[in-house]
Amino acid sequence: MRQFLKSAFCVAALTGIMFQTAPLAASELELTIMAPAGAGGGWDSAARSLQEVMMATGQAKSVQVINVPGAGGTVGLAQFVGNANGASDQLLLAGITLVGASISNNSPVDLTQVTPIARLTGDPLVIVVPKDSPIKTIDDLLATIKKDVATAIWVGGSAGGADHILAALVTKAAGADPSKVNYIAYSGGGEALAAMLGGQATAGVSGYGEWQGQIESGDLRALAISYPEPIDGIEAKPLKAQGLDIELVNWRGIFADPDVKGADLEALKSAVGNTVQSKEWKDLIKARGWADYYAPADEFKTFIASETDRVRSILTSIGLAK
Amino acid sequence: MDAIHLLIEGFSLAIQPANLVFAAIGVLIGTAVGVLPGIGPALTVALLLPVTFKLDPGGSLIMFAGIYYGGMYGGSTTAILLNTPGESASVVTALEGNRMARAGRGGPALATAAIGSFVAALIATAGLAFLAPLLVKVAVKFAPWDYFGLMLIAFVTVSATFGASPLRGLTSLGFGLWLGLIGLDQLTGQARLTFGVPQLLDGVEVTTLAVGLFAIGEALYMASRHASKPEKPLPVKGSIWMTREDWARSWKPWLRGTIIGFPIGALPAGGAEIPTFLSYTMERKLSRKPEEFGTGAIEGVAGPEAANNASAAGTLVPLLTLGLPTSATAAVMLAGFQQYNIQPGPLLFTQHAGLVWGLVASLFIANVMLLVLNLPLIGLWVKLLAIPLPWLYGGILVFASMGTMAANPSVIELLLLAGFGVIGFLMRRYDYPVAPAVVGLILGPLADSALRRSLQMSLGDPMVFLQHPSSAIMIAVATVALVAPFMFKGLAKFRQDED
Repeated sequence: MRQFLKSAFCVAALTGIMFQTAPLAASELELTIMAPAGAGGGWDSAARSLQEVMMATGQAKSVQVINVPGAGGTVGLAQFVGNANGASDQLLLAGITLVGASISNNSPVDLTQVTPIARLTGDPLVIVVPKDSPIKTIDDLLATIKKDVATAIWVGGSAGGADHILAALVTKAAGADPSKVNYIAYSGGGEALAAMLGGQATAGVSGYGEWQGQIESGDLRALAISYPEPIDGIEAKPLKAQGLDIELVNWRGIFADPDVKGADLEALKSAVGNTVQSKEWKDLIKARGWADYYAPADEFKTFIASETDRVRSILTSIGLAK
Repeated sequence: MDAIHLLIEGFSLAIQPANLVFAAIGVLIGTAVGVLPGIGPALTVALLLPVTFKLDPGGSLIMFAGIYYGGMYGGSTTAILLNTPGESASVVTALEGNRMARAGRGGPALATAAIGSFVAALIATAGLAFLAPLLVKVAVKFAPWDYFGLMLIAFVTVSATFGASPLRGLTSLGFGLWLGLIGLDQLTGQARLTFGVPQLLDGVEVTTLAVGLFAIGEALYMASRHASKPEKPLPVKGSIWMTREDWARSWKPWLRGTIIGFPIGALPAGGAEIPTFLSYTMERKLSRKPEEFGTGAIEGVAGPEAANNASAAGTLVPLLTLGLPTSATAAVMLAGFQQYNIQPGPLLFTQHAGLVWGLVASLFIANVMLLVLNLPLIGLWVKLLAIPLPWLYGGILVFASMGTMAANPSVIELLLLAGFGVIGFLMRRYDYPVAPAVVGLILGPLADSALRRSLQMSLGDPMVFLQHPSSAIMIAVATVALVAPFMFKGLAKFRQDED
């Protein structure tokens, strides 16, 4: 009996060790990344980029990307949280839009309920005016808004998204009531671009990359970017450098199962950490026109909490959240 | 004539054997995914993006272009043969195409669709090559009030798809408009009619409604009648090729469809559906045999199919010149450009001229390949109709459900599909046309946001629609088209009363 207990103990200990060591051999990871959006969008392409580099650098044996589109990502997030069972192979790619969507859709789940692994990229937003607009600087724009907030027509991406939030922040900085901001939402930066080029709007907000071509060709005048520091190759200066205390980045990050713990969690963190420090990743995000905005898990966790509070207060001031 | 010189250079890139192979693979995959309901070219290109990362930019973009055009061809095949539109732009094709197929004229219907697509894509690709920079300047001037004017014209013309009874047609349209309200309001981000179901926040997917009403509804209807009086569609009656009369009745609709399809496709929010409705109405009005509409008029296939493919080429105008993707597939192709560090936009034509013209040239080549691939396949496709009906419709049910699940794997989506199937069955049973419901779902949200964007820009002043000449003209056209028939009827009655 004693002998049996002893051997059983040994087996248990051994399997325990095996469980602990198995995930550490990173190349054995077989992962599934959920992009809570349709094929072709920003989260989808970020998820597929991560998939590509993780496999190319040997940080994972196989990576599969699944799309669960719907409601700014809240459908995918609800499914991700609902299926949670502590699995070590399930990842979710999401960003600031999901923070806003969870709040304005009154979603029962939000990003504070999943385990942050790393913040990956952060795209600067840009504020532009049409090329023949009398508005030449960000101060001109602020003055125009202050004069009559209703006739200052903003165009940008979906209602309650990062573009809308930035328009509200600038309106507030101009000393006008952010709940009065005349923001016309389009399904994305592309459609809003047509409204800008057609001269139907006062100012527009979008991801810098989406309008880069028109800014470089001179069809749009970039007044400022929302990134905290100047960026190589972007002429427009940050809002912060122009005297406005506004910082807003369209960040994307990767999350894991809410209940993943211990060695499994460490394995995921190191696999993603190694991936984003590889040359392959740096080359790829450069090619896609994304800015590196890496933050490790702990920093990312505090960031999510503060970002959720901030977005909630802005959305409340616009009147999109209660 | 600089453009012609550049185009010749483009052809020299596109006819390199490796690029020809890519184009061939593209059109094959494209045709296959176009035939399967639910699996669209967007998903396919997204799945292939990582695979093609290692290839050279020219080759993979050429392949994507092949998939894009191929998907447009494939979508019409199932619409004609099985009354199952593979994508929303083929809904109108199903109206006349399937009637033709049932009457044993599936061959000519497929042929006029294929050749019409070829002609339209050829002309529209030439338009893309030579008019793109010009066209895009006009397109961005198209403001929300202009879109609203265009939507009004579309709504009025939709009455042509109503069939015999306008009241039944309007009921069906109203159902579609109501479905179009479901989901997040685009302008304020507030949920409408979602009843707390998060999957409904993005609204009802057009393909789910189209596949449900058309394919599932059709299958259920067939099943309900099969026991009492089984219908035997004629697999082939007469030649499977187009007769001289078919040609004579097809070529003008092809050209007219192209002329409508290309510019509307080039509008940033134009899409492929509206030109197909407009073309259908136009052909019905212009046809010498309007009585054949509803029973299988070849013009009703030729025009909309040409419009569909011409708008597909039109979509590439804003993509290449502005970097503005106006369809899901174009969005994925944009990602394809970006993965090679190429940013489509105003500078693309100057910075990457070789690549752009290579792409345009390969669109021509893909188009020829599609014609060569599709014409011989017609003989094979029409054999589908010889499959015993229970098997055929069993297969349709499986494919329709699988396709919907592939596009959006959720239980809600499947329930919606089944629900729409039952509604489609009831509508057929009680003789309500199903096409206006799909039209309502497509146009409703577009008209809704165009109207409210205009009013938001004018600070609530409705005069904005009449102050701009372009929108005022379109609204006038729509009003005349709506009122004129009643006026004439009224006048005729008035005179009768006087007598």
